[in-house]
Amino acid sequence: MSETKILNCIVCPMGCEMTATIEGGTVTNVTGNTCPRGAKYAQEEITAPKRMLTSTVRITGGLLPLLPVVSKNPLPKDKVLACAEHLRTITVEAPIAEGATICENILGLGVDIVASRAMDVHAE
Amino acid sequence: MQNTLYDVIIIGGGPAGLSAAYSAYENGAKKILIIERDRELGGILQQCIHNGFGLHHFKEELTGPGYAYRCAELIKGKEEIEVLIDTMVLLITRDKTVTAVSPEHGLLKLKGKTIILTMGCRERTRGAIRIPGERPAGVFTAGAAQRMVNMEGYLPGHKIVILGSGDIGLIMARRMSLEGCKVQAVLEICPFSNGLTRNIVQCLHDYDIPLHLSHTITKIHGRDRITGITAAQVDDKMQPIPGTEFDIECDTLLLSVGLIPENELSQGLGLEMHPLTNGPIVDQRRHTTLDGIFAAGNVVHVHDLVDFVSEEAEIAGKFAAFHAQATHPPMLRRVNVKTGDGIRTCVPQRLSLPPAGEDSKLFMRVGKPERKVKLEVKSGDTVIMSKMLPVAKPSEMIAINIPAEKTATFGGEITVSINREV
Repeated sequence: MSETKILNCIVCPMGCEMTATIEGGTVTNVTGNTCPRGAKYAQEEITAPKRMLTSTVRITGGLLPLLPVVSKNPLPKDKVLACAEHLRTITVEAPIAEGATICENILGLGVDIVASRAMDVHAE
Repeated sequence: MQNTLYDVIIIGGGPAGLSAAYSAYENGAKKILIIERDRELGGILQQCIHNGFGLHHFKEELTGPGYAYRCAELIKGKEEIEVLIDTMVLLITRDKTVTAVSPEHGLLKLKGKTIILTMGCRERTRGAIRIPGERPAGVFTAGAAQRMVNMEGYLPGHKIVILGSGDIGLIMARRMSLEGCKVQAVLEICPFSNGLTRNIVQCLHDYDIPLHLSHTITKIHGRDRITGITAAQVDDKMQPIPGTEFDIECDTLLLSVGLIPENELSQGLGLEMHPLTNGPIVDQRRHTTLDGIFAAGNVVHVHDLVDFVSEEAEIAGKFAAFHAQATHPPMLRRVNVKTGDGIRTCVPQRLSLPPAGEDSKLFMRVGKPERKVKLEVKSGDTVIMSKMLPVAKPSEMIAINIPAEKTATFGGEITVSINREV
């Protein structure tokens, strides 16, 4: 018995509407995607959904009180809120370079959180 | 500075301004000035900390600040490009004199051979949509809240209702959820969302936030601080249907109810404006109706992708640079671009074609969602270009490129329209 599931790709802003055929818990066919990343997304979304996380951490000594950060790779979807909560406890100090690691291996999930911009020291 | 005659003066240092500056530099402009009113370059991207930017332009997925950083890196250290931050442009006159003011330099009068307008857009506010009710604190535009949460370091509230399902509203629904707030609902007056589908999925579905389509707010409650709203369903004329009202408790209301190109300076110049895009009328080079004044990005029409803003700004930068160096071929033919059935807006609104023609990319929005239709560019009854569209949504801009050799074949006017009989 196979079932089909319609899902919207979130990999890029095109947002392709895809139909995935599922047999016994595994995805056997994907249609409607424009690129291979869509098929991969459908596969993952049905078996182990993942999401990128973008948030902020506190920073002292910079132009702004916050530094935007991004996960280097997608995190398991059900761990995203816990990771965001964890990031609220972190404070770093300027200067920070773009791409600098802010939180290594967040919550033991094997993904680093990095700065999405540079922030220099700012004289008050 | 004030004694310099600039090749290109760029008003606004967001993605459009930065891309225009780099393109002007690449195309031979020697004296380029970017004027930015904020304390740093990058524009609105600095508060858009989510990812999804840059897939077309930089071929990698970036956050807003990451995209801004790459744009800024391109112009860094170039002695041809000067930057004035913390500087507000007050007036531009037809002789291409820019009057600006800054704490550091005081009042400035700057002169350019060409000017590129890249001021971007701003949000519509509560006043623009006239929501009845009290006037309590706690009603913000989604972008203002985004700046607070992502750059300034404070939360506007804890229990949130969002009116409007444009991308900023959707992104903020997720952002507030990540910061531990409860997003009660998103209300959308249209029967469809105006945001990208991927944002409905990853910002609303992921956090179990209900989206009420064909709904609006009929009353705001609370004397000092907002305590809740009354929502109601609307009919096909967008009027609230009596008897469908229900209340939602909240301490914060975020409005994501549309963006307006910021064109006070353009209007001051007397540029011809388009009533639907709310931006200046431009040709394929992003030349406005005034000689030497160019415009690009959200000031011309609101884009859904910054990548297309950069692309448009590069066109403006290139032709402004050519114009300043006066090496561009003479304009011979003016072709108007008309919008036909199904198409709400199209930029450019006209073409200025040299004899051999010129690559002209058209950016359009449909008036309502469509499925399996054909986009056609016609000259009279002749179809010059066409493109099959599996889906077309008002929220997603459609682009079609007319190659130079084809633009050499028509004159007068062309029409872009949707053909549903395919």
